[in-house]
Amino acid sequence: MPEPPPESPSAKNSTDPTAPAPAGRARNLSQTRVFTAQFDNLETVRQFVGDAARNAGLNDSDVYATQLAVDEAFTNIIEHAYEGESLEKIECSYKISKSGIVITLTDCGKPFDPAAIPVPNLEAELEARDIGGLGLYFIRTLMDEVEFTFTRQADTGKLCNILRMVKHRES
Amino acid sequence: MEITCIQYKHSDLVKPEGRVDSATAPQLAKALEDITNAGRFRIVLDLSGVDFMSSAGLRVLISTQKTCKRYNRGEIALAAVPKRIYDALDLAGFIPLFRFFDSALDAVGAM
Repeated sequence: MPEPPPESPSAKNSTDPTAPAPAGRARNLSQTRVFTAQFDNLETVRQFVGDAARNAGLNDSDVYATQLAVDEAFTNIIEHAYEGESLEKIECSYKISKSGIVITLTDCGKPFDPAAIPVPNLEAELEARDIGGLGLYFIRTLMDEVEFTFTRQADTGKLCNILRMVKHRES
Repeated sequence: MEITCIQYKHSDLVKPEGRVDSATAPQLAKALEDITNAGRFRIVLDLSGVDFMSSAGLRVLISTQKTCKRYNRGEIALAAVPKRIYDALDLAGFIPLFRFFDSALDAVGAM
């Protein structure tokens, strides 16, 4: 399958992102999509949040940061909450606000305790480097607000993890 | 992801194109392991064609560097690293662990 061409910010973002949407083509201010817990969905998830972040008026660097954070979060859910790829669901929502974008990932896998994830040693010698915890560190560093909570789903009674991430638009 | 590998006299050039995430990182790991398993430990990784790399890709880089540098037998050097990927390497504290070159040609010449 051919790969998409390298991202060209100028081509993809030729209009002023802060300008109002053209009449009759209103932008989605919020949207939810459900994905299966499979790594092959990462590309689509990144596109989904990338388009939303661009519509929220984030600059190219912040769009990439948001895509990277969501990629890491989605990967962590597959690896930790669901303990590997499966057909379980990961719900991805975004909401564009005046100040930026709020992205929420919800899964109903194993309860996630961020405190149990080791903090990566970013200055160790090569041999002592362990990549564990880098994903969570990226999420926390790249996003402006990160919050992990649990909720019990009203319809199924399942306990679910909710990860809420906010990226502010640069003013 | 497409990966091109060229074996030179003093090094191997590996050029992945596309995205390196949890779905594709195993492919890159396999390409690099094929080289180190054959006993060659001087590798240039040309990242000019990579438009996205997550920590799954960084994990491959660090594990390859560990293999290559063991017994002082070589290294993996990074060439033509796009800014966004360089920023992620920087965030992870990886900059001191690799040599960086502006182009694959420069890197191959320096190995």
